[in-house]
Amino acid sequence: MWQAIHEELGPDGVVVLTIAIDRSTDDARPFIERAGATHPSLIDTEHRVADLYNMVNVPTVVWIDEDGRIVRPQDVHYVSNEIASITKFHNRKPLAALRAWVRGEAPAYPGDVRADTKVPTEADQEARAAFALGWWLSQQGRDEAAEQWFVRAGELAPHDFMIRRGSMPIRGIDPAGPAFFQMVGDWAAQGNAYYLPLSDTATSADDYEAEPIEEIDFAELRRRLET
Amino acid sequence: MTTWTVIDEQRVQTVESGDTLSIDPSVLGWERKPEGLCRDEVCVPIPHTVAPGPIDAAMLARLIQRPLVIDAAEYVASFAAPAAERANALLSGTAPDFELPDVNGLLHSLTDFRGKKVVLYAYASW
Repeated sequence: MWQAIHEELGPDGVVVLTIAIDRSTDDARPFIERAGATHPSLIDTEHRVADLYNMVNVPTVVWIDEDGRIVRPQDVHYVSNEIASITKFHNRKPLAALRAWVRGEAPAYPGDVRADTKVPTEADQEARAAFALGWWLSQQGRDEAAEQWFVRAGELAPHDFMIRRGSMPIRGIDPAGPAFFQMVGDWAAQGNAYYLPLSDTATSADDYEAEPIEEIDFAELRRRLET
Repeated sequence: MTTWTVIDEQRVQTVESGDTLSIDPSVLGWERKPEGLCRDEVCVPIPHTVAPGPIDAAMLARLIQRPLVIDAAEYVASFAAPAAERANALLSGTAPDFELPDVNGLLHSLTDFRGKKVVLYAYASW
C-alpha cells in the first residue's frame, strides 16, 4: 500500500501524492478510506493530471524531486504484491529503486529521462477534447449524445485506456466486465501491450524467485473488500 | 442565434453564435492585433480575408493549433491543449502544476510540496 510507503519514506522527505482519476469523489472515497490514507489523496474528475502528464492508463507513477523536476519518466508500479498474481507486476524492483532514489543511493532513472518521456500527438489531444465533450454532455444528462464522443475519443487514441476504460463507468459499462476483456483482448491481438512499464524496474522471473508471491484467495479478498 | 457551450480544457463558457460556431478569439485568451492573433509573446498571422470579430471555430482552432471537436446538434465545442504545448512542458523537465481537491473539497497544488520528493501516483476505482 502507498500508505505504508508514505510512512516508511516520509521521514526521508517524501510525500506520496495520490490522484484518483474517477468520475466522482464518491467513487474514490472508499479506496482512500480503506487505505487509511494520511498522505494527500486528491480527486481528478476532469482527467486534468492525465492530460498534463499524458497518462494513458492506471496505475501510473511519476517521481518528482525537491525542485519540482520530473526525474523518472512515467511508469507502471505496484508497491504491494497483494494482487500480483493478477497484475503480473512484482513490487521488488520498483520498491528497491524507490528506496534507493529517496536515500540518495541511486539516480531515479538509469536512462535518459527526456528521451524516454512519452509526449502526446495531435490525435491524442483531440481524443482528450472528445472525452471532455462526452463527459460534459453526460454530466448534463445528455448521455445519448455523449456516447458518440467517448467512442470517437477511443478511435482517435486507441492506446488511451484512461479514456477507453475510464469512460466505462460513465457510460454504464462494467469496467471489469466482458467489454473490458474484449477491449484488452482485441488490443493484444493487434500486437499491443496494455501496460508499458519502463525496462529497469519491469517484472522478471528473478523477482518471483527472490520473493515468491502468494496466489490470491478470492474468497478472502471479497470478504475484506466487503467489510 | 443560439447559446453554445465552449469547453476550453477545464473552463466552460457560453457563447452566442449561429448554427455554425464562430468565436471571438478573446474567449480563448487571444487578442487580435495588427500582426495577427496574439497571446502572451506569441502571435500567429491571420489571413486578410478573415473579417474582424468572431472567427469560424474550425478556422480559429487551426490558427492557434488547438485540437477541436464540435457537436453541432448539441451546440457544444471542446478545445484541448495543443500537443506541442504538452510536449514542450513535459520535455522541459518541470513537473506540470495542478490544483485538485481532496475528499473534503480542500484544494492542494503540486507546488505545495516543493522541497520534498513527490511520488505522484495516479489510480482509479475502475
